[in-house]
Amino acid sequence: MTQAYPITEHKYDVIVVGAGGAGLRATLGLAEKGLTTACITKVFPTRSHTVSAQGGISAALGNMGEDDWRWHMYDTIKGSDWLGDQDAIEYMCREAIPSIVELEHQGVPFSRNSEGKIYQRSFGGMTTHYGKGNALRTCAAADQTGHAILQTLYQQSLKHHAEFFVEYFAIDVIMQNGECRGVLAWRLDDGTLHFFRAHMTIMATGGYGRCYLSCTSAHTCTGDGNAMLLRAGLPLQDMEFVQFHPTGIYGVGCLITEGARGEGGFLVNSEGDRFMERYAPTARDLASRDVVSRAIAIEVREGRGVGVNNDHAYLLLDHLDPELIHKRLPGITETARIFAGIDVLNEPIPVIPTAHYNMGGIPTNIHGEVLSVSYGNNESVVPGLMAIGETACVSVHGANRLGSNSLLDLVVFGRAAAQRCAELIKPRTQHKSVSKALLDEPLARFDAIRHAKGERSIADLRLEMQTVMQNHAAVFRSEEILQQGVENMQATWDSFNADKRISDRSLTWNTDLAEALELENLMQQATVTLKSAVNRTESRGSHAREDYKDRDDDHWLKHTLIWLDESGQSKIDYRPVHLHTLTDEVEAIQPKTRVY
Amino acid sequence: MVAFRLPKGSSVKKGIDHPVPTQASLPRTVKVYRYDPDQEENPRLDSYQIDASQCGPMVLDAIIHIKNTIDSSLTFRRSCREGVCGSCAMNINGRNTLACITHMSELKKDPITIYPLPHMPVIKDLIADLTHFYAQHATVKPWIENQTPPPGDRERLQTQEDRAKLDGLWECILCACCSTSCPSYWWNSDRYLGPAALLQSYRWIADSRDEATGERLNSVEDPFRLYRCHTIMNCTDSCPKGLNPAKAIAEIKKLMVQRS
Repeated sequence: MTQAYPITEHKYDVIVVGAGGAGLRATLGLAEKGLTTACITKVFPTRSHTVSAQGGISAALGNMGEDDWRWHMYDTIKGSDWLGDQDAIEYMCREAIPSIVELEHQGVPFSRNSEGKIYQRSFGGMTTHYGKGNALRTCAAADQTGHAILQTLYQQSLKHHAEFFVEYFAIDVIMQNGECRGVLAWRLDDGTLHFFRAHMTIMATGGYGRCYLSCTSAHTCTGDGNAMLLRAGLPLQDMEFVQFHPTGIYGVGCLITEGARGEGGFLVNSEGDRFMERYAPTARDLASRDVVSRAIAIEVREGRGVGVNNDHAYLLLDHLDPELIHKRLPGITETARIFAGIDVLNEPIPVIPTAHYNMGGIPTNIHGEVLSVSYGNNESVVPGLMAIGETACVSVHGANRLGSNSLLDLVVFGRAAAQRCAELIKPRTQHKSVSKALLDEPLARFDAIRHAKGERSIADLRLEMQTVMQNHAAVFRSEEILQQGVENMQATWDSFNADKRISDRSLTWNTDLAEALELENLMQQATVTLKSAVNRTESRGSHAREDYKDRDDDHWLKHTLIWLDESGQSKIDYRPVHLHTLTDEVEAIQPKTRVY
Repeated sequence: MVAFRLPKGSSVKKGIDHPVPTQASLPRTVKVYRYDPDQEENPRLDSYQIDASQCGPMVLDAIIHIKNTIDSSLTFRRSCREGVCGSCAMNINGRNTLACITHMSELKKDPITIYPLPHMPVIKDLIADLTHFYAQHATVKPWIENQTPPPGDRERLQTQEDRAKLDGLWECILCACCSTSCPSYWWNSDRYLGPAALLQSYRWIADSRDEATGERLNSVEDPFRLYRCHTIMNCTDSCPKGLNPAKAIAEIKKLMVQRS
């Protein structure tokens, strides 16, 4: 196979796969530290999905009122429904402050308050004094904070002469003796194949929102890194936890930031009732996302949905000062105009809970090092491999992520991974030998898909998978629905294996082939999502089981680990949740009932 | 003698006509530029008849619909599908714009005709080679430059008025619609930086936190890099984000005059 496909070899100290917020933050940190670094990305860096993040990035700067990183930590633990690892959450919330200050120093055009400091707004689940007050903690650049941060990180990477391999599609990681040796990638613009060897490979490949029919995610959010690790025989963690954002635009899926509610917007049902007052008497529209999404789903189910089919809710902004909307929410004003055809100053925005974020992913420690199970140690480090950003499960988000903690996750752990690499790797040392035969299997897979001659198009199979996920792994779940989902997904996967068709056989910019590779990645993740969800017989955070309505700390205060083999068979194991802190500066928060 | 002929292989031939779907309730014709680098043939213009009621309202929805149901080899870039990533910049009915935020219903002219961004090397179908465009962006040092160290443990201060000077500049998504709509850029893109790169340069000149205005002006003070802008305004007209690169260029020129 290596004869049929000539392979160009590259050697770097570190390779980063993905150039979103996490990948770029790691890349520029590595370049700063003098490690030779290649950042491989299937889209030009500023096109990564981080660009779509709107509302902001959280840090207890206290620019707009009192704040403390310990309160941020408490909110994040409560938001995670106690599934988050408390040492990792402590690390993230504490490091948030220097990380955001650093971003400002790097040039992010944050909005400003009257004192000239970074502007901060309210966001769901963010409180002061351990749930008593409303925190202004989310640092914002209008409502395009992701764009602002991504551009800045790319600019800094240019400044530090980071090396990019743009429009290279990563096919698989190459593992030898349980260690990662690098990545096999396909260069789109000339169709050549490349083997990137490195001491450390960092996965920064994002989430897999495109498993769903309706999602806020970009077309490119196919979780390639997660799937590469599954194929490498490594486990993924907490894949049952998928966040549905309460306010995706009805019928289109485009995101309307939680910042819209942070600035004073609220939801109503068909009776004009501010229903969140009933579900979350204190936080109301700023309860955490799982709570608000479930509330909308219940309102619709009980016949109080809006629209012709009574199947969604309205988000009202028309009571807000037009000047505030113009200054703080210009992006969603435009999005609502273009995609829903409405003027937010005068009309309600039709919204529906929409698949948005994957709390689960590649298990890592706080340095970004990938964890697996080895000889009974369920936190053993996989040498040569790291994961950061949405693809990783550190776990700081547990069963439900708080809004504005995802951009934070990217920069904090992107930075941590670069620091860890600098500790572990001596620049320009000899690379470990690697058997070329290891390239045969991924190449054979690539070649087989490229020449597929079946009956069913990739688009047809993808639609089938997305429909299964939409119907069987949505906001509310049950044994019966999930089990049926597992069976349907297996049938779709079998059909993909037996009957897929590619009509473009070329190697140059063959997006038919790229979409097929992405679809295989998505189906593997969809499968483990469904199987992990069937397995977890409790309700926690975003995972709401109608047949097990309560959280069950006695049995389920633990992370799911799931492996998948080629035939679709899975294996499940667990890892305990870290209910301890990293330092003595803060106390652990014991599980209690979660009320907003 | 001057040769007044087009380079070999550059004229666009008539392509394949894909048939009309039966009983289309909202029939539209979409003509798409096709070029296959593996074939030694001229580019062609394929014609697709679609039922626009079977897909979403945007031009990108139509192109995806064609790829999904008629011809999976059709090649284009796309990602966010909400007008923020800049991937799907292309020339639609003669205008450079983002396919994902262009409503088909607002395109009265039928057929809808789609070409790659003009005057760029084409890799395949609607994929233009943007390597040179990105390299030009990097030459304006599009990052903050200053000698004064920032305060150790907190952010630099910036007044709301100073921050407001960045509005209309920091939102640029590098989609290349502006530069590739500029006749001056078509003619001299080897030496003229083009509106996108110059807007990025001015974004930092306008930032109260940046201290490199002098060097930034020096680096573009050249008959080509800056002064090939002839205020044609196609850039501003085409920007899908409603930004005004022509104004940013004019501001740079004003600063040049002021310091001379």
